[in-house]
Amino acid sequence: MSSVIKLEEVHKVYHTGEVDVHAVRGVSLEIRRGEFVAVMGASGSGKSTLMNMLGCLDHPTKGKYLLDGIDVSGLSRDELADIRNEKIGFVFQGFNLLARTSALENVELPMLYVHHRVRGSEQRQRAMNSLEIVGLAKRADHHPNQLSGGQQQRVAIARALVNQPALLLADEPTGNLDSQTSIEIMGVFQKLNDQGITIVMVTHELDIASYTRRNVIMRDGHVVTDEPVKKRLIAEDELRKLREAQQAVNLA
Amino acid sequence: MMRIIATVRIALRALRRNKMRSLLTMLGIIIGVASVICVVGLTTGATKQVEDQVRSLGESVLTVFSGNFTSGAVKGGWGSAPTLTVDDAQAIAQLPNTVAVSPEVRDREQVLANGLNWNTMVQGEGPDYPQIRNWKIASGVMFTEQDVRSLAKSAVLGKTVVDELFPNENPLGQVIRVRNIPFTVIGVLAPKGFTLWGQDQDDVVLVPYSSHMHRITARNFVNSILVEAASDGVIDQVQQEITDLLTARHRSLEPDFTVRTQLELMQRVSDTSQQMVFLLSGVAAVSLLVGGIGIMNIMLVSVTERTREIGIRMAVGARARDIVVQFLIEAVTLSAIGGAMGIALGVGSAMLISALKHTPSVTPAQWIAVAFASSAVIGVVFGFYPAWKASKLDPIDALRYE
Repeated sequence: MSSVIKLEEVHKVYHTGEVDVHAVRGVSLEIRRGEFVAVMGASGSGKSTLMNMLGCLDHPTKGKYLLDGIDVSGLSRDELADIRNEKIGFVFQGFNLLARTSALENVELPMLYVHHRVRGSEQRQRAMNSLEIVGLAKRADHHPNQLSGGQQQRVAIARALVNQPALLLADEPTGNLDSQTSIEIMGVFQKLNDQGITIVMVTHELDIASYTRRNVIMRDGHVVTDEPVKKRLIAEDELRKLREAQQAVNLA
Repeated sequence: MMRIIATVRIALRALRRNKMRSLLTMLGIIIGVASVICVVGLTTGATKQVEDQVRSLGESVLTVFSGNFTSGAVKGGWGSAPTLTVDDAQAIAQLPNTVAVSPEVRDREQVLANGLNWNTMVQGEGPDYPQIRNWKIASGVMFTEQDVRSLAKSAVLGKTVVDELFPNENPLGQVIRVRNIPFTVIGVLAPKGFTLWGQDQDDVVLVPYSSHMHRITARNFVNSILVEAASDGVIDQVQQEITDLLTARHRSLEPDFTVRTQLELMQRVSDTSQQMVFLLSGVAAVSLLVGGIGIMNIMLVSVTERTREIGIRMAVGARARDIVVQFLIEAVTLSAIGGAMGIALGVGSAMLISALKHTPSVTPAQWIAVAFASSAVIGVVFGFYPAWKASKLDPIDALRYE
């Protein structure tokens, strides 16, 4: 019962135009609670399709998907929406925050769609807690255009956490960030993972993937490699090294 | 409920973001509602004035006009044919259900007095005229039956005539001249104001009808006969009795007179205003339709512009219904604000016009309610398609939308 994700022979076929695109061809995967997994692969490998299915944004054409013990493969659109709301926190490459809306309100957004109503004061409290976790409580009333890329991504992470999901799904979370900020964001993920939060992340950057604990590599719709990370990087150490290097440059 | 309020707040913020666009979108609704409210206000005001006036004439009053105005050829109009006489009036007075009768003769005359002159309506009436018309004598007295018999040269003036001929003077006992015949002013009528046709009712000089017929115009017929029935209930009966009586007296095949009641007049006025209301409802419907199409158009643009926002909301768990409700509320907010602004503008301009033109304006509350409700309904009707379209977006595509 401790597996958060369980895929059994999952297929996805797109019927676009005359040719059927077989994006995912029979993936079986189990991810347990507390894991930190990177899904990697070249573009066209099927990793985005897999990610969409993991995120309950799309149905598998064939196969079974159990999320936190619930079979979600046959659910309706609205049922999937509820699952996303309760079980999944999304972090996107492009941050996907609502413009002209404060950080706090962005974080409150998922609570608007919760089934059992959350009171306004409680919403604010929970959103503030989330922002504190990612270290942005002081910027709660800032709008996205007043925040740096790294800060925006932290707001997005806070939003993903606010409903205490079973799974944090990150789609190229560092794709729009410079290398130092990327490491900072990975540091946030590592901290969350250390607290027991399950994280699945899609990336194509090998060094980013080595901050996770397990790497799944896809090619042509199949999982070709699935192994634990051998030389796991720790964001704090890497950041320290980076700062030392910068200092050295300054001294020279 | 709280979720609705939160959604309204989101909608207001979205609309504020594009103030100019929102305003232009609302303009269709604003103009439509404003014009209807304004015209309804003025029409209702005018109708109410007519009804008040008719009522002030007395609801149990009938007027007999000479001349058969229903025949096809060219006619002089009501009261022009020399068919009604003072004897007719006296015969009518003998009918069981009439309480007062006044034969009427009318003529425009140049009236001289006090070194001043004024062109006014010189009206020959019976002594019961003020009672029938429900018109008080402000000062002095009305002429009597005795004055009528003696062709007295007595006159009762309307307020306007007093103002023109005797500014800052007491007209009582003074002499006015009509066609060089001196009449002594024995009374002044209380001011009555304008009729809805814009006629100044106070611009009048009353003299005994006999004096008018024999001293001023030298004729033996009257223009009309004013009759007061015993009560509102017997009006139809009295109308029939007068018709029978005069038909018999005139021995004509076709009636050469018309008997009109105030109720008929009131009926006619309310028929007219009813038609006006129908016409206005049509105009309102068309303008609201146009406004609604404008709203639909902008909401479609808004849905396209905010595809990514919709994607985000769906990703964090918004159901199709949540998206529909959000965009519907936005459309309704747009149209309801437009409706409210239209009502304010309409009431304001009706008040302005009525102030400038000295016509009353009454905006009935139910029209305001209907206008507001129908603009809100327009928002729902025309906002539904864009909202539905938004809710049918695929979250993956919506998130990827640039």
